Amino acid sequence: MEAMVVEEIINNVMCLLTDPDGTPLGAPMYLPQNAGPQQLQQIVNKLLNNEEKLPYSFYISDEELLVPLETYLQKNKVSVEKALPIVCQPQAIFRIRPVSRCSATISGHAEAVLTVAFSPDGRQLASGSGDTTVRFWDLNTQTPLYTCTGHKNWVLCISWSPDGKHLVSGSKAGELICWDPQTGKSSGNPLIGHKKWITGIAWEPVHLNAPCRRFVSASKDGDARIWDISLKKCVVCLSGHTLAITCVKWGGDGVIYTGSQDCTIKAWETTQGKLIRELKGHGHWVNSLALSTEYVIRTGAFDHTGKQYSSPEEMKKVALERYKKMRGNTPERLVSGSDDFTMFLWEPSINKRPITRMTGHQQLVNHVYFSPDGQWIASASFDKSVKLWNGTTGKFVAAFRGHVGPVYQISWSADSRLLLSGSKDSTLKVWDIRTRKLKQDLPGHADEVFSVDWSPDGEKVASGGKDKVLKLWMG
Amino acid sequence: MTFGLSIKEKRNLSSKKKKKPSLSQLRVYKRRVPLQLTVLFFWKNCIAVVTMPQGDYIERHRRDYGYRLDHFERKRKKEARQVHKRSAMAQKALGIKGKMIAKKNYAEKAQMKKTLAMHEESTSRRKADDNVQDGAVPAYLLDRDNTTRAKVLSNTVKQKRKEKAGKWDVPLPKVRPVAEDEMFKVVRSGKRKTKQWKRMVTKATFVGPGFTRKPPKYERFIRPTGLRFTKAHVTHPELKCTFNLEIIGVKKNPNGPMYTSLGVMTKGTIIEVNVSELGLVTPAGKVVWGKYAQVTNNPENDGCINAVLLV
Repeated sequence: MEAMVVEEIINNVMCLLTDPDGTPLGAPMYLPQNAGPQQLQQIVNKLLNNEEKLPYSFYISDEELLVPLETYLQKNKVSVEKALPIVCQPQAIFRIRPVSRCSATISGHAEAVLTVAFSPDGRQLASGSGDTTVRFWDLNTQTPLYTCTGHKNWVLCISWSPDGKHLVSGSKAGELICWDPQTGKSSGNPLIGHKKWITGIAWEPVHLNAPCRRFVSASKDGDARIWDISLKKCVVCLSGHTLAITCVKWGGDGVIYTGSQDCTIKAWETTQGKLIRELKGHGHWVNSLALSTEYVIRTGAFDHTGKQYSSPEEMKKVALERYKKMRGNTPERLVSGSDDFTMFLWEPSINKRPITRMTGHQQLVNHVYFSPDGQWIASASFDKSVKLWNGTTGKFVAAFRGHVGPVYQISWSADSRLLLSGSKDSTLKVWDIRTRKLKQDLPGHADEVFSVDWSPDGEKVASGGKDKVLKLWMG
Repeated sequence: MTFGLSIKEKRNLSSKKKKKPSLSQLRVYKRRVPLQLTVLFFWKNCIAVVTMPQGDYIERHRRDYGYRLDHFERKRKKEARQVHKRSAMAQKALGIKGKMIAKKNYAEKAQMKKTLAMHEESTSRRKADDNVQDGAVPAYLLDRDNTTRAKVLSNTVKQKRKEKAGKWDVPLPKVRPVAEDEMFKVVRSGKRKTKQWKRMVTKATFVGPGFTRKPPKYERFIRPTGLRFTKAHVTHPELKCTFNLEIIGVKKNPNGPMYTSLGVMTKGTIIEVNVSELGLVTPAGKVVWGKYAQVTNNPENDGCINAVLLV
């Protein structure tokens, strides 16, 4: 009886606010139990001396706090004797509107559209198709801009340089061509070296090398090659995989990661092409890799403000700043999705053992993707579901069910609040991360959707598929 | 004596194996001549040596004295003539013999064509790879086998358009009209079997799962249970594969609305089948489960229903 009275009078709870890495923001403090996320946000902004008020979301043991502390404590029966650890996740200060309608259906390709990609600043769009052409599209008028012919077979991959000045495309015949997006002309002859089709292309991050010159391509023949576009030749050949390489990523620390059908992931050094590390664990093909810093590497110096940079040095500086801010003090994390239905989370710079194994999918995992803030991992699987995982611990968070066919590709919005998935069932779906529900269903394609991309400025979504048209979606 | 016999037995065994030695083997034999000769001399004193298979004498002679000088010349000529001889025989032979020769020659020719094609392919494979093929797929699907694809095709746009137009461009546009007396058999009833108002359907029918018979007094049409069907073999015309699908209903019998309502399935009838296991999808992403198919055989004669899916 007495105890109850005492508790009602005090009505405070000892809390310890920490940032996502686990470092406390200050000493543990007593907070009134009627404090909700808004009050906590004010406290955090005060503690960190932020001039601008930044939005935060709060997590107690991996569960988001949406109600006042009091209701939470009552509901979950947490002991008030110990300090309650609350993790503050900084949220993007901008919001991206969910796409809801198809703004344009542009035909032009004579065969299935295999890959679409927005430029890092979100102002240009390119697509590769089975009709052996690469096309650039005018986003303002939503019409075809340039048609680039030159490939001998299906264009399987395209990749924009992080400064947005080049686009490289790889075909099924194994040649790579570098295009100038301003004129739509190829700069030089096709780069020949791969004996089989190209499975992936990744550029060197702009914060490591200011005018973008080098990129790495992976091929079915088991080799990855580093090319230099100013020398127009292959600089280094990374050979070592015994089977086809399925995915290649260029990490922010200057390490190349390749995932292969021989069940291994290899990390390479980029100047001489030496093998640094081999990550073993998967029981079947490795299909897809994702880095926690991938989004910031892809966008380079460009952010949501749409600022343009004149000199490469400035771009390099800004990109490095953005990269450091995004990465924080933690090492780069790598997640790999495989044909054995599981995923592994690695910290390749520290340990060759995985942090955790993420199980739950009932079919092969085709695509994995870190959210732009690195907080979440999304995985697309042929079991018709998209699953959401914690980006630091690899714990399962939620499953998004709704597709009736295998999910091929996923893409994050720049604010990490929305996730887009494209599927074999001819629809795109937008999922809300906060509510963990379907936000928008976007039917419209007449056949399988092979590729989706959410533009980095968040305005548009592009999708292409087997029905040969490119669709643009808007909010 | 016994010793000689045992040697002879050995000889026989070995000669059975090497009835027709090739050239290389012969050379080996020649080198061993001295040893063989001693054995032979020993044999000549034995009685057991006298009987030997006839071919072996030729062989032995060749081993001892070599081939006739014109042997290879004769052989070549004989082989050269053989073709003409065979051709003459093939043209001349009658009856079963002619048939056998023709069959053998045909098999040989087919085999030859196959091997030629195989060699052709191995030299021209590179070229075939270079050509741009239809049905482009992204890199992540290139290594996957397409067995699952055979089941799925999501082109329902065409079907929708057709539904709007209200007419069907069906695989069997014309059907033979079936007269009433072919379709129905008169069943006589009454105590004296004088009443003739009852009819029995003589064609295959589909009877819904919830059907209950009327009392006999009111039952004008009898649909015999032996001719009732619940499943149909439905072929997808584009995938070229056939599925055993459940029938949902009879959509239209071209012979008349009465037959449609009775559920009579004759050749050309449009039936609705349950395609949920095919995994077809509408443009809106919903799973299609009912789809129309046209009956392509005479079910009453065949005891099964074959149909082709309308896409």
